[in-house]
Amino acid sequence: MLDQSEGYTTADGRKIGGVVMEMRNITLRFGGVEAIKDISFDIREGEIRAIIGPNGAGKSSMLNVISGFYVPQEGEVWYKGAPRPSMKPYQVARQGIARTFQNIALFEGMSVLDNVMTGRLTKMKTGLWRQALWKGAAESEETANREVAEKIIDFLEIQAIRKTPVSRLPYGLKKRVELARALAAEPSLLLLDEPMAGMNVEEKEDMSRFILDVNDEFGTTIALIEHDMGVVMDLSDRVVVMDYGKKIGDGTPDEVRNNQAVIDAYLGVSHD
Amino acid sequence: MGRQGGHEVQQTAGKPGGIGSVPALLRRNATAFQAAPAYREKEYGIWQSWTWAETLEEVEALALGMIDLGVAEGDFIAIIGRNRPRLYWSMVAAQMCGAVPVPLYQDAVAEEMAYVLGHCGARFVIAGDQEQVDKVIEVQAGLPQFEQMIYLDPRGLRKYDHSRLHQYTHVQDAGRAKRDELLPEIARREAKLDYDSTCVMLYTSGTTGKPKGVVLSNRNVIETSRSSSEFDDLRKTDDILAYLPMAWVGDFIFSVGQAMWTGFCTNCPESADTMHTDLREIGPTYYFAPPRVFETQLTNVMIRMEDAGRFKRWLFDVCMAHARRVGPDILDGNPVSQWDRFKYNLGELFIYGPLKNTLGFSRVRVGYTAGEAIGPEIFDFYRSLGINLKQLYGQTEATVFITAQPDGEVRSDTVGVTCPGVELKIAENGEVFYRSPGVFVEYYKNAESTADTKDAEGWVATGDAGFIEEGTGHLRIIDRAKDVGQMADGSLFAPKYVENKLKFFPNILETVVFGNGREECTAFVNIDLTAVGNWAERNNIGYASYQELARHPQVMDTIQSHVEEVNASVAQDEMLSGCQVHRFVVLHKELDADDGELTRTRKVRRRIIEEKYADIIAALYDGSKEVSTVTEVTYEDGRKGSISATLEVRSAKIAPVATRMAAE
Repeated sequence: MLDQSEGYTTADGRKIGGVVMEMRNITLRFGGVEAIKDISFDIREGEIRAIIGPNGAGKSSMLNVISGFYVPQEGEVWYKGAPRPSMKPYQVARQGIARTFQNIALFEGMSVLDNVMTGRLTKMKTGLWRQALWKGAAESEETANREVAEKIIDFLEIQAIRKTPVSRLPYGLKKRVELARALAAEPSLLLLDEPMAGMNVEEKEDMSRFILDVNDEFGTTIALIEHDMGVVMDLSDRVVVMDYGKKIGDGTPDEVRNNQAVIDAYLGVSHD
Repeated sequence: MGRQGGHEVQQTAGKPGGIGSVPALLRRNATAFQAAPAYREKEYGIWQSWTWAETLEEVEALALGMIDLGVAEGDFIAIIGRNRPRLYWSMVAAQMCGAVPVPLYQDAVAEEMAYVLGHCGARFVIAGDQEQVDKVIEVQAGLPQFEQMIYLDPRGLRKYDHSRLHQYTHVQDAGRAKRDELLPEIARREAKLDYDSTCVMLYTSGTTGKPKGVVLSNRNVIETSRSSSEFDDLRKTDDILAYLPMAWVGDFIFSVGQAMWTGFCTNCPESADTMHTDLREIGPTYYFAPPRVFETQLTNVMIRMEDAGRFKRWLFDVCMAHARRVGPDILDGNPVSQWDRFKYNLGELFIYGPLKNTLGFSRVRVGYTAGEAIGPEIFDFYRSLGINLKQLYGQTEATVFITAQPDGEVRSDTVGVTCPGVELKIAENGEVFYRSPGVFVEYYKNAESTADTKDAEGWVATGDAGFIEEGTGHLRIIDRAKDVGQMADGSLFAPKYVENKLKFFPNILETVVFGNGREECTAFVNIDLTAVGNWAERNNIGYASYQELARHPQVMDTIQSHVEEVNASVAQDEMLSGCQVHRFVVLHKELDADDGELTRTRKVRRRIIEEKYADIIAALYDGSKEVSTVTEVTYEDGRKGSISATLEVRSAKIAPVATRMAAE
């Protein structure tokens, strides 16, 4: 199914595979506002792909197009070698795409463990009655899913807060719990919406390490939006730069860093 | 002590030919206790356990694999990581190979690690995870003897160059595959182990200078494990929680020595952060913690009680007042009236029982605290709940045990009577000396220090000043012998004595008292961020940082009242009344081991602090009202930064000295 066009090898020696997802001439409008104007780029298997840009550049809209939440007026989203029809969020989840949110969307009253377990919902087959009765298949299914959840809790080092209600956690940990829930779905493509927004330096370093470890350990393809240029440049293999809904740069961090249009967008020149 | 241990296998005791090494103890246990649990570790939210028979199989497989990797007799094998069964097994596996395990502090920075690895010339390192592996790789260029590294947790290590790196389970698998071929070699090496061969080498944290490698023989470890297990009647059904640094002698004796001797189960927490939850789940019967842990737990209880409703608070206060009155007596078996007993039982039902359960102390039969002095209020709090908390006094050089408090003779101001087989003497300058079967063999590659510490007759200087109390025979420790000095007027200066009194206040985390050779004493104070922060929250006092809270005028007032209370109490002791604190500052940063101000076991390094903060000390003595200073700090990742602050210098009231001149 995968696009067989050849991949590339990163500076640290990781093999990046073929194209998993491709944006073809995407244009997205909200009434008269063009949030995204004719943007094309691809995401390859196993890479960490960043979308950056100043405030209001259309990054979050772009991520919502990737996740299938927004349907663009023009252009096509190709996923695993075929154009993707418009889908409901649960259908997207079943396709192996998971995401986190910029402003955290956890179940505040539930424990960390229960939140992570909700990430397993797409993998559970037994119905409401069986789960309520807690017999046979329902029980063994929960045990198997709990095991996956526990491995992720161990991986993200949140054992100490396993049974703590999410509402009692500080912001940085909530972000980590959200990542845990996304990982629990065992996604092949993970979308992170500003995973490091509002964090201090130490929390950013921890989160960066977890993102790299996820990519390394599970081979998950990661697409992320981030504000902090330093973090993006260290973390990602390739970067798309957006400004006012347009793509103004695309390439490795070094290429992007030296791109005049990008420098202008970040340092500011007058727009006509 | 004449008390017998809980099981028949102890019959072999006292016969060095019987069991002369830790691996031999493990083999005995694998036969004698077979399916009894030996080690447990919480992983993926579930307690995994290994029986004694399984433990032997795991240890042997690792030892075979290590021989296959080229571990030779007499090699030193460094072991670095948090408490995990597999790392304890590494120590025994090293011994099986005829090598010497050297556990290291896991929070040591790379340079500290480099010193120890270089000093012992470790050829092999067994590391817990990527963090430890990285530190060794960082310094390996300066370690010519270092050859191979074995790691436990493969996470993040997949892409590393594996020419010198091996995964723990792979080493075991290689060992299992070559079992038939290499087993005779293991048997040959094990047969050579006896009471005089080296069991373990432990580096002392060293309040001054470089760490020293203390060599302990099998005799040291097995003899002390035997006598201390009998002293406290430890049983094979006991449970301990292993959470203190593996490089510390106490952890080695509890989790390896006594565990192997007695056959009890060693439980390892899931991570450092889950320690309290795991403690509660395991409910150890034999428990050890430094005073700091008990302090923290008590502080947490008190903070949570402040948040409780009025009825609950009232019930707690009434019950605790009763417990303080009769609890210790009931624990010691002293006569207590039937009515008081009845009330105590009611309290047990409503407060003490549930509280002990929350703290994880429901099953504690023997509890110890050591390392530092414990505040009498803290000590009494736990004892009044019915927890048999006792004090012991020990050192790495003594294989822990010098003195300990027997059941029924427990007090907060002594460290107990001599342990079985230990002799004590007090030198003229007050320094305590001991001689015992646990006395260390030598400091590795440091004959000079060995000779300074241990004399020809086997007496070892503790470096602590103290005296034996008349009548009871209990030892009381005043201070480090080298820290005990004289004030300008010739009176005795014992900083630790005053510091401990100050530290007993929950608001004060750490303090350093100066005054040797001077007219009067002064002090640095670190506030306890948990306790003071909670107070600030309760009183609507906003603060952004430790520094800001530390210089808040109300915080300064509170600390001043604490200092004055201590002065009043110090004034009662005619010998030490000169040590009252005249002036003090609340420091703008916490003293930290990463900055070299504390040892890894959190003991104050006076000389370094005196040098580093010379400007503040000068201000304490020249009468200035405040002092501006810039201090270099080291962050956890090793980067350096600096913080600048202006500190207020306060003067404290001096209490009149209680004179008893008639005696002179």
